[in-house]
Amino acid sequence: MPTDLAIFSDRLYMATVGVYVLAMILYGIAYSADRSAKAVLVGAAGAEQESPQEQAPTGGRSARFGRMGVALVILGALLHLGSIVARGIAAWRWPLGNMYEFISFICLMAVVGWLVALRRVPAARNLGLFVLTPVVILLFLGGTVLYVSTGPVVPPLQSYWMVIHVTTISASSGLLLVPGVASLLFLVRRRVDARPDRGPSLLDRLPSAEVLDRLAYRVTIVAFPIFTFGLIAGALWAEAAWGRFWGWDPKETVAFISWVIYAAYLHARATAGWRASGAAWVNVAGFASMIFNLFFVNMVIAGLHSYAGLG
Amino acid sequence: MAATETPIRPAGAAPKQRLAVLRNGWRGLTSMRTALILLFLLAVAALPGALLPQRSLNASLVDKYFADYPAIAPVLDSIGFFDVFAAPWFAAIYLLLMISLVGCVLPRTVEHARALRAAPVVTPRNLARLPHHASATLDVGIDEAAAAVRERLSGWRSAEADEPGGTRTFSAEKGYLREAGNLVFHLSLIGLLIGFAAGKLFGYEGQVIVLSGGGQFCNTGILGYDTFRAGLRVDGTDLQPFCIQVDDFTGDYLPNGQAASFTTDIGYQSTEDLDAGRADQWTPYTLSVNNPLRIDGIRIYLQGHGYAPRFTVTYPDGQQRTGEIQWKPVDLTTFLSEGATKFERPGVTDEQQRRTSQLAVTGLFAPTTSGGPVVTSIFPELRDPEVAIDVMRGDLGLDDGRGQSIFEIDRSKVDSGELVRVARANLVPGQSVALDDGTTVRFDSVQQWVSLQVSYDPGQNYVLVFAIALLLGLGLSLSIRRRRFWARLTPLTGDDGTERTVVEIGGLARTDRAGYGEEFDRMGAELVPESASTEAKDG
Ligand code: HEM
Repeated sequence: MPTDLAIFSDRLYMATVGVYVLAMILYGIAYSADRSAKAVLVGAAGAEQESPQEQAPTGGRSARFGRMGVALVILGALLHLGSIVARGIAAWRWPLGNMYEFISFICLMAVVGWLVALRRVPAARNLGLFVLTPVVILLFLGGTVLYVSTGPVVPPLQSYWMVIHVTTISASSGLLLVPGVASLLFLVRRRVDARPDRGPSLLDRLPSAEVLDRLAYRVTIVAFPIFTFGLIAGALWAEAAWGRFWGWDPKETVAFISWVIYAAYLHARATAGWRASGAAWVNVAGFASMIFNLFFVNMVIAGLHSYAGLG
Repeated sequence: MAATETPIRPAGAAPKQRLAVLRNGWRGLTSMRTALILLFLLAVAALPGALLPQRSLNASLVDKYFADYPAIAPVLDSIGFFDVFAAPWFAAIYLLLMISLVGCVLPRTVEHARALRAAPVVTPRNLARLPHHASATLDVGIDEAAAAVRERLSGWRSAEADEPGGTRTFSAEKGYLREAGNLVFHLSLIGLLIGFAAGKLFGYEGQVIVLSGGGQFCNTGILGYDTFRAGLRVDGTDLQPFCIQVDDFTGDYLPNGQAASFTTDIGYQSTEDLDAGRADQWTPYTLSVNNPLRIDGIRIYLQGHGYAPRFTVTYPDGQQRTGEIQWKPVDLTTFLSEGATKFERPGVTDEQQRRTSQLAVTGLFAPTTSGGPVVTSIFPELRDPEVAIDVMRGDLGLDDGRGQSIFEIDRSKVDSGELVRVARANLVPGQSVALDDGTTVRFDSVQQWVSLQVSYDPGQNYVLVFAIALLLGLGLSLSIRRRRFWARLTPLTGDDGTERTVVEIGGLARTDRAGYGEEFDRMGAELVPESASTEAKDG
């Protein structure tokens, strides 16, 4: 029985998706209008040669649309937050109890992570389109296929550990979306840079490989400890709820795999010969394993974690 | 990027060939590249553990897999894919990783301890070659300039030196905690693994079903349990004694049948109570889903619940026998349950006669019946119970020496005609059914049962401590930047005799490129205002 507040939450959710789509369009315009791409190409012989101080272009149509895009993303994030809070109040519980809600929160964290990262690495602005695309796709899936109306959660979830564990795991998953996208585009960018004679293409307007790499690293080193904390909190909860702190349940196993992959990413960044593309591949694999855990393990493999609200 | 650290050990001339091979092998094993490969292998090796059913989690899913894929299942089984986390190759990977880690981290610990005592690296001759660099000529004397630098370097480990010609140099370094954090992190991993292994060796886990309404369980030995998983070093002879009495179980449900909460009121007697002979005192406790009972390092969990219908058999000679045993839920939403309550006729000693007079009441139980001719359950709570039973008479096969499920009758006895159905009825509490020989079977009432898990893991507190240390170490090592800073102050005397000083500063981040640049720029702004700052790359 959806209450008015629950309906309001759903409306906000739809509005959020709408605003994000608009922001995507603005980002798209900004991206295609970006003339600073030529300047980047000059130094394209090797990604490492570029100055990390390079800034987002400040004038022109691209910058204007880019700024509007950012403003819209901020508006979207506020609506998004409103939708989650309203849902929490409507159900009178922490709003992370089923897959629709996880996805919504993951996407919010991805957007917030992106906005914060953008402040620190302004030159990454052209990445906005590519960050928002998976976010909008996830939100769309969440709002259609995986949607469930508000309701209480089963007894095992009625624990403060749910607040701690699920929030940190989803927050880090959301944040890790940004490095996942950045590393993927890093690999694309390296391809583009490796063939400067290929003629101009839209891909020239991607941020430089150096910027993408730095963005990926910086966000990962924030998200990885949060993820680690979330895993430890999960183990503490499992100890109280399932009788053991670790039991190789499929979800635990895939989380372990993700953790090991991100540890490998950090090692790769410190290993000669692996710093560039190798590390980026590892980061992409890390995010793939997170997505795999979110969808495949929830929906296909039965385990103790079958709380996704899909049953 | 020049400054990321990779452990490098000086290559020495090996006196013997064999030693060289060993040394190279060790060096290879403890290199970052090997660590990276082993980490990959670990991730890949864990994958079948997530994708394939695992015996340790759900043996019946493994059996189903065998039935579904008879061709590949035995192959997968032979390489341990259904027991990944107990497989030797899985252990080999993480053990190699741990060895590699020890080999990598111990020398680094020694190195770090040494670095902590050593003075910062002397100022390079040409600061302009560093990734971060700035210089300016200031209208102050060298002593004043040096004081400014000194003040700016408070909090840094620093050293000063004089060069010929009145030049002063400063060398400073900061962020030693990064390496300390990194070492704590890696060493904690080892501690964590050891704690985990200790728990597996010395711990145990058992499940037992206890009837609510006064059922008791005492931890006296493995035989008291329905299932028991003992660690390698546990033989089950000296389990920590305690007793549990289950008084009451309560399940609350939403109107749609979804469970809202489960609790069970129990009483317990700890080892101390038992030793003191307080056998009739029970300390009350309420177990609920996220709230186990912890006594003497043992944890007792409420894991599941179900129903136990109670039947009374009245034999033609007036003797009565009552049976009350758990039935197994077959539908976890409605708690429709099935089971078999078995009876032996009292006073029968003749073996032949015994084997023809055993009874079993089997069938389905609905906590809230739909009320139709075919009994189904429409709600998980005990509101309107009904059973649909077959009464079987004959040889239950209890003496065959084969263990049999408490939830079922031996089907082969039915097939062979040694066990035959003598009645079929739907009963609500109080109703009974009469058999052809005058025996009656009455459905009396329903009791709840709970399934409890008893767990003992002596390693888990260590695992927690190391996990926290690991997290702290990780936080330090990822948030702190190790960076070096140098300054060279050269005195100048202007034509008019005023004292001036050329201040040159240089910086190098010793760790990843996570932006020493901003901090350096701030320092530059203070020490060499309006300087020509250059930044080749963010080391
Ligand atoms: C279970 C195995 C391992 C895991 C899970 C693991 C995890 C990690 C993580 C998460 C970091 C990031 C922290 C940081 O950047 O300071 C790290 C860094 C590091 N690890 Fe490991 N590690 C493992 C084994 C090893 C081994 C075997 C070696 C030695 C060959 C090693 C050497 C290093 C080094 C040198 C760093 C610092 C990299 C840097 O300077 O940024 N690790 N490790």
